[in-house]
Amino acid sequence: MFKAHRDLNMRPDLEFISSLVKPGDRILDLGCGDGSFLCHLRDDRKADVLGIEIDPAAVGRCIANGIPVVQRDFSDPMDFLADKSFDLVILSQTLQENKAPDQLLKEIVRIGKLAAVSVINFAHFSCRFQLMFRGEMPRTPQIPYHWYDTPNIHLSTIDDFRKLCHQLEFDIVEEVPIPARFPRLSKLYPNFFAVGGVFVLKS
Amino acid sequence: MLTTPQDFRLPEPLKLDCGRELKEVNIRFETVGTLNADRSNAILINHALTGDAHVCGKHSPEDRKPGWWDTMIGPGKGIDTDKYFVICSNVLGGCSGTTGPLSIDPDTGKPYNLNFPVITVADMVRAQKALIDHLGIKKLLAVVGGSMGGMQVLEWAVSYPEMMKCVIPIATTSRMSAQGIAFDWIGREAIQSDPQWHDGNYKAFSSNPGRGLAVARMIAHITYLSDESMTRKFGRNLQNKESYSFDFAHDFAVESYLEYQGRRFVERFDANSYCYITRATDYFDLTAHAGGDLDKALENVKADFLVVSFSSDWLFPPSDSHELVRALLRNRKKVSYSDVQSSYGHDAFLLEVETLSRMIRDFLNNQMQEVVNV
Repeated sequence: MFKAHRDLNMRPDLEFISSLVKPGDRILDLGCGDGSFLCHLRDDRKADVLGIEIDPAAVGRCIANGIPVVQRDFSDPMDFLADKSFDLVILSQTLQENKAPDQLLKEIVRIGKLAAVSVINFAHFSCRFQLMFRGEMPRTPQIPYHWYDTPNIHLSTIDDFRKLCHQLEFDIVEEVPIPARFPRLSKLYPNFFAVGGVFVLKS
Repeated sequence: MLTTPQDFRLPEPLKLDCGRELKEVNIRFETVGTLNADRSNAILINHALTGDAHVCGKHSPEDRKPGWWDTMIGPGKGIDTDKYFVICSNVLGGCSGTTGPLSIDPDTGKPYNLNFPVITVADMVRAQKALIDHLGIKKLLAVVGGSMGGMQVLEWAVSYPEMMKCVIPIATTSRMSAQGIAFDWIGREAIQSDPQWHDGNYKAFSSNPGRGLAVARMIAHITYLSDESMTRKFGRNLQNKESYSFDFAHDFAVESYLEYQGRRFVERFDANSYCYITRATDYFDLTAHAGGDLDKALENVKADFLVVSFSSDWLFPPSDSHELVRALLRNRKKVSYSDVQSSYGHDAFLLEVETLSRMIRDFLNNQMQEVVNV
């Protein structure tokens, strides 16, 4: 199932990513779903957009939305996209579904002057409690799947992700925790209180 | 919906890639729908190898079958003739009204036959451009076509970048593959080995290399299907019999089917035309004038692209479309690409009606909107 995120209020990570976009920017969204976020960037932020999406139905919806979209698995090589050919490459809550997240991250910071990666925090307290007290694999509004039907094969925590960025020698330009509740605590202890985070990266 | 074939005679001789000129070229075409006041709603359809100008509707209510893309084009359909003015013309070298090897050479008063010059896809497009000029259309909304029609679409986008808002190349390639050339070669060999061929002068002998042409069609027809679609349609079914005949007559349903396709084709198509048009596709290479570099070949295109391929197409496989899309993206062109899941093989472009109609309708809608907003 592809993602639809028409209502930005439901997705604070997208709201933040949207604020990074200036008029005329070239934006690439990997796993763009039905293209509604790109519609918003095109119409409200006056950006020049392109989506990559593997789901044929979602590709059809992008075309209906007038969003240029290329049907493709973005795990496949993206050597046809030149270095720094986009102002911003967006990867929103899809990294964990990818077979080689580290390779993908290297690609997006190569292609984008900036990359905005929104990650799900598997160390959020609700996850921790489910695992600790119930002894079950956590399920949350961000990760609603059972262990056996989840597309998420590389879940990480915010700390894990930050570590990987250092290891890959990316600059973390900005890091914004996404709280469900407790916004102040999420800022102080994102790895415990935030349900996710947006990292703005560059190489 | 009834349509009427029309003819347009080029006022000037047509200069060809081979260096020769063709005099008094006629183009057979049909139009459907109404051209709007600012002439911004015209869509040019390019037909495939053996198609013709009769793209949709019927010529008379008694016609058994409508035009070749009637499922896509008409009132309320994927390409809506209530909204758009649709033009389709028979290709140069064809045998359905446009000047081709069957036509009379004005210099000799006899049919060209093999004196017809070898033409290219670019020549076909050059002739078509004269027609569009004649119709008073400065800028087409879209140029659309599948297979060889898609080659013409790409040629249009490269040769006349200012002349269209968008293009929709379907199940096609930017250069004919060795495999495609190989199948064309065998097709022409079948025709030219037929004793009735008489070096292309069969009409003078009141004969027709029908067997050769039928074999050519059967070979080509296999390339339009897929292993899966053939298995699904025929399997190992026998044709009107319970057991093998232990001779070489038709036993299998697939054999009868191919035989039927071959026979029907001979009734409507000219063998020399088949040779000329397949040759044109062999020569098709968008990169020929760019030193083999597809990126460079596409440098100056202005149109927005909707590229469509079909997963089981092995004649013009999705990888050919990928190559095109990658080159367009490297050039930062506006492109959308869809690889439609289908088991129909190359023929899918005529059979995946629902998916393709929706996609094309939505794409054209947005393109038209952009034209109106400018």
